[in-house]
Amino acid sequence: MAAFLQLTGISKKFGGVQALRDVDMTIEQGEVHCLVGENGSGKSTLIKIVSGVQPPEPGGKIVIEGREYASLAPTESTRAGIQVIYQDLSLFPNLTVAENIAVGRHLGGLHLVKWAAIRAAATQAMRRIGIALDLDAKVEDLTIANRQLVAICRAIAADAKLLIMDEPTASLTRTEVNSLLGLVRELKAKGICIVFVSHRLDEVLEVAERVTVLRDGRKVGTFDARDVNDKKLAVLMTGKEFSYDLKSVDLSNKPVVFEVEALTRTGEYDDISFNLRAGEILGITGLLGSGRTELALSLFGMTRPDSGTIRIDGKPVTLKSNQDAIEAGIAYVSEDRLTLGLVLDQSIAANATVTILEKLAGRLGLIDPKDRQIMVDRWVKDLSIKVSDTENQVRTLSGGNQQRVVLAKWMARKPRVLILDSPTVGVDVSAKDGIYEIVKRLAEEGVAVIMISDEIPEVLYHSHRIIVMRSGRFTGMHNPTKTSEHDLMVAVNA
Amino acid sequence: MLEIFMRFRRSHEFWLAMVILLLCIILTVATDSFFTLRNLSDLLTSNAFIGILCAGLIVVLVSGGIDISFTATATVTQYVALTIANAYGATWVTLFLMAGGIGIVLGAINAIFIERFKIHSIIVSIATLNIFYGLLIYFTRGKYIYTLPDFFTTGVNFFEFEYDQIPYSLNLQILLLVGSFLLTWFILNRTNVGRQIYAMGGNPDAAKRLGFSTFRLNLFVYCYMGFIAGVASLAQAQFAQSVAPTVLVGKELDVLAAVVLGGASLSGGVGTVLGTFLGLTLLALLQNGLVLIGVSSYYTQFVTGAVILISVSATALEAARQHRLKRARA
Repeated sequence: MAAFLQLTGISKKFGGVQALRDVDMTIEQGEVHCLVGENGSGKSTLIKIVSGVQPPEPGGKIVIEGREYASLAPTESTRAGIQVIYQDLSLFPNLTVAENIAVGRHLGGLHLVKWAAIRAAATQAMRRIGIALDLDAKVEDLTIANRQLVAICRAIAADAKLLIMDEPTASLTRTEVNSLLGLVRELKAKGICIVFVSHRLDEVLEVAERVTVLRDGRKVGTFDARDVNDKKLAVLMTGKEFSYDLKSVDLSNKPVVFEVEALTRTGEYDDISFNLRAGEILGITGLLGSGRTELALSLFGMTRPDSGTIRIDGKPVTLKSNQDAIEAGIAYVSEDRLTLGLVLDQSIAANATVTILEKLAGRLGLIDPKDRQIMVDRWVKDLSIKVSDTENQVRTLSGGNQQRVVLAKWMARKPRVLILDSPTVGVDVSAKDGIYEIVKRLAEEGVAVIMISDEIPEVLYHSHRIIVMRSGRFTGMHNPTKTSEHDLMVAVNA
Repeated sequence: MLEIFMRFRRSHEFWLAMVILLLCIILTVATDSFFTLRNLSDLLTSNAFIGILCAGLIVVLVSGGIDISFTATATVTQYVALTIANAYGATWVTLFLMAGGIGIVLGAINAIFIERFKIHSIIVSIATLNIFYGLLIYFTRGKYIYTLPDFFTTGVNFFEFEYDQIPYSLNLQILLLVGSFLLTWFILNRTNVGRQIYAMGGNPDAAKRLGFSTFRLNLFVYCYMGFIAGVASLAQAQFAQSVAPTVLVGKELDVLAAVVLGGASLSGGVGTVLGTFLGLTLLALLQNGLVLIGVSSYYTQFVTGAVILISVSATALEAARQHRLKRARA
């Protein structure tokens, strides 16, 4: 089979930064190809070159179905059948499903709109992938998974021959991911090539025939998907070996700091009981909607349970608000770091000290900048946050470093119990490791940690005990040394 | 068919139409003068200036921007166009070409600052409102123009007839009001440019990625607003039979109120021509009705404000409820 797309010697510089260095890549006809790499490895730049948004440096060659281009204009790329589905989907929330799918018909000089043709094109695109959404529904009223289908239909309606999907699974539940992967196979059967860009390595391997790994703008290699696994890919992406083992430690002589008994909140979680010793990391996993985040919110006082007891150091506590929880020594790192955990436009120093303002405040309630700086410097060093100036906006940091700032903010309060909800969402493989190191160290210092995540390896390799949640209930306690990823996957999806 | 009706029943427009209907019934019962041909004709004619401007502003709001400089634009266009007409003579065609043309140029100034310097449209248009208006007052010293060309003073009167010894006709104001709403409806719903404006208002980044030229779209939007301001200014001058440079500026918030009451969102992408017309109608009826009932005009302002606040809050609550329902079903 001939190649659909052949890239040879593609380089790209932005200012002084070499984003891509002499990359070759081939997409065969009807192939599902995965492109993996950490943030900043050049994945996005490569997509931009293929879609014509950025020209490559002179010397590179792009061949699409036998036709050679030195660089592509966006319209040439579209005409050649290349369609990109961006992570944010690029849909118009205020317009209908039909208009979103056939929006390409609005391009060009001033002309009349043929609504019948738009509906027909949308219907046809949906039929090609075997779905039927309400043509007149507004996209803002659809679920994320259905919005993604609309974006795929739009690409189909534009006669896509190569579909590039950027992080398509990032905000989907496991079931939705499965049906998306099914759809990818169906598109492939119709002869459409697919490039899948993903962070989640296990998914990549489920669907791809070949995987291309980028690191620091260079191609590490293209591999047959059967020859690699997610651990090997992680090594290829980062160039580092990871040790995934948590030494089993004996915690039985440590005091129980946190106890939850028969905690229930109707419609969210039901009859939850567990206890936590100082220094213990308890993993809680389950699907989106299994009640894991809802439970965390109650443990942090954000919602009130209907019944049940929470005890800290053996004493029952009532958490009327998160203020109470913070007073009681509970810290919570939310799933949504960007909107809930950080004030992005404020400085790193301001973010890291926001939880201890009253401690820093002097007699007049004013904060001594020198005291604050000492505190901030200590945390920056302790958590190895990579930063040139602590007065920079948090926005300027990478995902991994942002998460460290969130941790710093809570560490400053010396919590007894630390609740982490999906602590490594949007964090690169190598930076993830740094976060785990911090969590491990905190546990060694005696903090009791609850780590909630839907990434099974995350809880499997970094907790002392694992609880699986399903439909609001605990379904079982697992010992990480005696279970496997597969067993946990089965328990979660049962 | 049933489904289309069900969709309409949940819409903002449906509720506006119901409130308007209710208001009409109350006013018809409560007063003798409301449900008369005379009052209808007066309502349309006297609200034409605000109404025509609504037809322009809805396009700006849908595009995701805002413009409040259009009253200053209207003052400039009517003053300049009619001064030239007085000095050199003019016809209907040249008069509209001048007013519309000056409006388009002033609109283009807004668009260029908004697009090239990435300044928020509200700031640009506050500034240009002051610049346009300030320059006009400086050069004219605020002098009124009382003598206008004869053909203009006479105006346009189609289908003249008498009823109860009062003459009625399809006058310039009503024609321009209806015409500008039809034109806006056609542009927004029947041309690709109109749909691109909706798309840009809903998601500007996606519009750019798709290859829509946001510069050209914004240029079109603000020039159209300027053009409409020029048209509205002639309707107003003909109605007033004079040009008064100080009376138009200050009315921009009435226009904005009507458009927002009609369901347009200040964050862009949302709003319909029908809704805008209903919002305008509701405000006009309220003011008219309260006067007919004999309520003080200060109280009218209070009621107008309250209606806007209640309506917009109700819409927001309903939207949140619908959203939750749909989420629950999904």
